[in-house]
Amino acid sequence: MDTQAAAESVFREESGKIIAALIRISGSFDRAEDAVQEAFISALAAWPKTGIPANPAAWMMTTAHRKLIDQVRREQTVRDKEDSVRYEIEAFSPPNQIELESDSMHLPDDRLRLIFTCCHPALNQESQIALTLRTLGGLSTPEIAKAFLLPEPTLAQRLVRAKRKIQEARIPYEVPNADRLPERLASVQAVIYLIFNEGYAAASGAQLIRTDLCAEAIRLGRVLKELMPTDPGNLGLLALMLLHDSRREARIRNGQLVTLEEQDRSLWDRNEIAEGLALVQQAFRLGPVGSYQLQAAIAALHAESSAPEETDWKQIAGLYERLLELNPSPVVALNHGVAVAMSAGLEAGLERIDDLGASGELDSYYLFHAARADIFRRLSRRKEAAEAYRRALALATNNIEQEFLRRRLAQLDHSVSAER
Amino acid sequence: MRYMFLVYSTETAEATAAPASLREVAEAHRRVMDEASRKGVLLGAEPLKPTSTATTVRSQDGEKIIVDGPFAETKEQLAGYYILDCRDLDEAIDWAKKIPTGCKGGEGCIEIRPLEKTEH
Repeated sequence: MDTQAAAESVFREESGKIIAALIRISGSFDRAEDAVQEAFISALAAWPKTGIPANPAAWMMTTAHRKLIDQVRREQTVRDKEDSVRYEIEAFSPPNQIELESDSMHLPDDRLRLIFTCCHPALNQESQIALTLRTLGGLSTPEIAKAFLLPEPTLAQRLVRAKRKIQEARIPYEVPNADRLPERLASVQAVIYLIFNEGYAAASGAQLIRTDLCAEAIRLGRVLKELMPTDPGNLGLLALMLLHDSRREARIRNGQLVTLEEQDRSLWDRNEIAEGLALVQQAFRLGPVGSYQLQAAIAALHAESSAPEETDWKQIAGLYERLLELNPSPVVALNHGVAVAMSAGLEAGLERIDDLGASGELDSYYLFHAARADIFRRLSRRKEAAEAYRRALALATNNIEQEFLRRRLAQLDHSVSAER
Repeated sequence: MRYMFLVYSTETAEATAAPASLREVAEAHRRVMDEASRKGVLLGAEPLKPTSTATTVRSQDGEKIIVDGPFAETKEQLAGYYILDCRDLDEAIDWAKKIPTGCKGGEGCIEIRPLEKTEH
């Protein structure tokens, strides 16, 4: 491997850990980020001459730590000389108490502290996501901006604002105590799942970076599971992401969306499925069943069916019903309706879905119309199907989804004219 | 670190609330103040009279203009404040959850603001 690639891969893998430790030691996100960045630049300069060190991760950690100490000493000197630095943030430990022993560099809780701080509910969710990707994920600001289709200055501003709030409102850098844990863990899980969905759902534009988001979310999910392995939600979340990700290759063909039913199941990633299935079982054994476990169990039932006809829709409907109890949202209810249509009969499902639509709440939701259209199509009620597809098409925002709906419409027209 | 807790509630709900319900809210405030003072973190706490008593002095084009009423019409009105000395935002949030807002099912919220350090 060439040294540049080696440095990049170590940086990507290790920077979260290193930043987490340096924030604890220095009490500053900015100082920690600068130190890691400087260490990375040092690696780029040194490794071509010295060769890749035997333990590149340890090299990076030690160098970053040294950079941090240098940095603080420089600041100290400036302060002693001028004695005019008024503005000092002392949110955490004051910087002159930096410990020099390298023992302090390895506390297993550091990344956990970091993830809880980044996902603190006192920060808005966009900031939580950006900060998590930046610090734990080691993604650069331009990378994150590109992945979320945002202008770079907007994202940079978001990060600055979040870091300032952490310091100035004194958001603690610690793992929350038992009282606060459930609420806080939910917020961490939500951020990871949002990152995954951002990568999974939208397939337009910067496709590669978006695939990276899925990989990053899975990596963060693994970190969370490794750090808190007895929380069933953490296992459920990781399983859910793996099981969805396993279908990625089959989901898009020639830039077109392929429905679960029409996917080439031989393209599904068997390793991810095996890992996901094992995690689902483990999660259910661990205890209280939450929404991630239920969603993972639904994905597992799909993953286990070798053909669409073999899907256990009845059990899926049952799982959606439980999910609905936990999370009574119209979207879950819609999915439940679809599962009912597939297990108890299309008409029964349609009736349920139409009931949901009666309030008008789902009128502007494209999947509601797409689901109705699909049932009409299966019932060979072509006119109604076409009408529903058209309404869905008018509401869909993503190119690939629009393309899919247009294709379905064309197929309907085709079969209508073939009948004549 | 010192935090100010700005207590907002809907005055209309308070105006129509039964006296018993108002007493309950006052009692809840007293409990929070007692606990905060016992723990040595209470730096101040006062209720405000309703916004019907408010006067706003606004600087505009170099002039001071006196206006009847609060600075802005809002759904919820500032009804009082606490200043507490907390270890960090999590501790402040715990206090904020204890401070009552609104009564008789009236809604309300607490805004937590860290105080700027001032030098004397």
